[in-house]
Amino acid sequence: MSRVDHAGHAREFLRDEAHRQFHDQRLWELREKRDAQSRAVPEWERLREAASAIKTHTLSQLADYLEQFEAAARANGVTVHWARDGTEHNAIVHRLLAAAGVDTLVKSKSMLMEECELRPFLEARGITVMETDLGERIQQLDKQPPSHVVVPAVHKLRGDVSEVFHHTLGTEAGCEDVPTLARAQREHTRPFYARAQAGMTGANFLVAETGAVVVCTNEGNADLSANVPPLHIVSAGIEKLIPRQADLGLFVRLLSRSALGSPITQYTSHFRAPREGGAMHIVLVDNGRSTRLKQDRFWSSLKCIRCGACMNTCPVYRRSGGLSYGAVYPGPIGAVIDPTFNLHRYSQLPYASTLNGSCTQVCPVKINLHEQIYAWRQVIAEADELPPARRRLMRVLGRTLGDPARFRAAVRIGGALRRRLPRLLLYLPLNTWGRGRELPPMPKETFQEWYRRERGRDKP
Amino acid sequence: MKVALFVPCFINVLYPKVGIATLELLEKLGCEVVVPPDQTCCGQPMATAGCHDDAAAAEALFVDNFAGFEAIIGPSASCVQHIRKHLFAIAQTDAVKHVRAHTFELVEFVHDILAVRDFPWARLDKLIGLHNSCSALRSLDQAATSELPEQRVSKARTLLEGVAGIRFAEPKRPDECCGFGGVFSVFEEAVSVRMGQDKVADHAQAGAELIVSADTSCLMHQQGCAQRQGRSIGFAHIAQVLNGDLS
Ligand code: SF4
Repeated sequence: MSRVDHAGHAREFLRDEAHRQFHDQRLWELREKRDAQSRAVPEWERLREAASAIKTHTLSQLADYLEQFEAAARANGVTVHWARDGTEHNAIVHRLLAAAGVDTLVKSKSMLMEECELRPFLEARGITVMETDLGERIQQLDKQPPSHVVVPAVHKLRGDVSEVFHHTLGTEAGCEDVPTLARAQREHTRPFYARAQAGMTGANFLVAETGAVVVCTNEGNADLSANVPPLHIVSAGIEKLIPRQADLGLFVRLLSRSALGSPITQYTSHFRAPREGGAMHIVLVDNGRSTRLKQDRFWSSLKCIRCGACMNTCPVYRRSGGLSYGAVYPGPIGAVIDPTFNLHRYSQLPYASTLNGSCTQVCPVKINLHEQIYAWRQVIAEADELPPARRRLMRVLGRTLGDPARFRAAVRIGGALRRRLPRLLLYLPLNTWGRGRELPPMPKETFQEWYRRERGRDKP
Repeated sequence: MKVALFVPCFINVLYPKVGIATLELLEKLGCEVVVPPDQTCCGQPMATAGCHDDAAAAEALFVDNFAGFEAIIGPSASCVQHIRKHLFAIAQTDAVKHVRAHTFELVEFVHDILAVRDFPWARLDKLIGLHNSCSALRSLDQAATSELPEQRVSKARTLLEGVAGIRFAEPKRPDECCGFGGVFSVFEEAVSVRMGQDKVADHAQAGAELIVSADTSCLMHQQGCAQRQGRSIGFAHIAQVLNGDLS
């Protein structure tokens, strides 16, 4: 698979003024709401510390907590399955659906199912899959992946949604009235809840002590997906565990405040046992997580609760759009975990960052995102995944800057060229800098030259 | 106090006035300033690209040049951040550890160690836009950020308040990154330029006549964007303001 050209995609994204502006502004507003919410909780920083500590502790004894969870869930009458990767996950789900004769499935939002590419897998096997989260449904109808982990269609303007719905749901052309569009979607989706023989949800948290699955949504669609059809299947990454029910409140307080700047999601649903006459299954998925857990510099990315705050705050994400990352996970957390899936394919993503550190400061579980992005660059350079021209540039730069004589010679030659070359020629090799920026004027002498002239070489 | 002046490579070559202002300011504040003649660069450009091997020679040279000093002052937060947090391409000898622990960014040195608050020789009757670089903000902790509830004095602002006549413009996103980011500025040219334009526009709408920063690399990028767009806003390094160069 070829390298995702984030910079190129971003350039495309930025060409469209209306989308660019809306996207940046909309996500910045979420950031500001998050700031206001976090400031309204005096113990905010202590909550982040505690959440980080609980996740760190859980990850350090993950195998034990997983077994505890499995035992508790089994005792509740839930069937627990283990999947090493996406392929095993999809096979397990398909086997369960086939055994129950399911031809229609309703599902709520789950990044893990995106990771496993479950929907195309099931559709290819004749199963109709209905996304019930509004944003996710818009993306499904538009045949696009989600562009954000919490607000999947945030890159779309109202007019874009109107157009998608017009072509797919038959709403009136040009209708941009939000309630009308939302109603059309709901009316279209609702019958599927009744028709579907199975519902799938993801999980925000798995409670080891009780075997409970906790799902947070704003639309209540996970509750319908889980409760209306007789069969409920949960897909959950093994990092979703927390030890005790008592730990949950902390995470619930952090999650929606960080994500959308609202104190809590509309629905925080606890699924513990199959409902009467129904069946409940949980598929616990590794898909690279246990490998990540062994990585010295990157294991703490598993603390992530997928709130999306790092995306909302990221000035690069806001100006390039989630789809530009060409990966399931965009933004800062994407730059940190995507390379674990495929180093070559995602080797440009850690460079799609200015290392400004804002992501690290908003992350509710205190993942040192910008430091991990920095560390990935070293991994990428060492694995020879930097494009050859860039690698050569760094070699030459390193040799020049590592030797005072060479440095002085380069400055002399460079300065003479800068002063003599006509502007157009000058900007040719510096095309990348000069495309949208002027170069600073070339002064007549360097600081060191001035210093020697003014202060004399030996004067301290 | 005897200090060594570290003039980062691009300041040396492209912004000698910033080096001169830093030198003169430190002297005005009573420091005896030594300028090691063989200094080049701290290694940051290669290291941020992930190429620590290519940064090793520059890092070793930096340590050779500065190991003999008790205080090493550089007018660039991102370079100082590199030295403190990321200078690990070479073996961590005592000399390396010493240099890493004794390198200071100009603003923090003047604010924390010299503890100077007044710059009576300087005056600036302008509405300025203060740009704290991300290294200064989130790595060297020189000011409060919008992400954290914690209140922290802005060291750069405190110093600038000691210059008569200065008023501060209040941009809408005072601590949004300006998009320079070292290799980012060329690897991700389109986003980088857009961020620079947005940053300058935010200062301009707040009425700033002059953008002042302790990081010349941010200024170089923002100025490049502003000039290309034909904006008339000015740019200055904080050392130039505190030294009275603009008075
Ligand atoms: S890395 Fe942190 S901020 Fe980003 S999605 Fe995960 S929990 Fe949220």
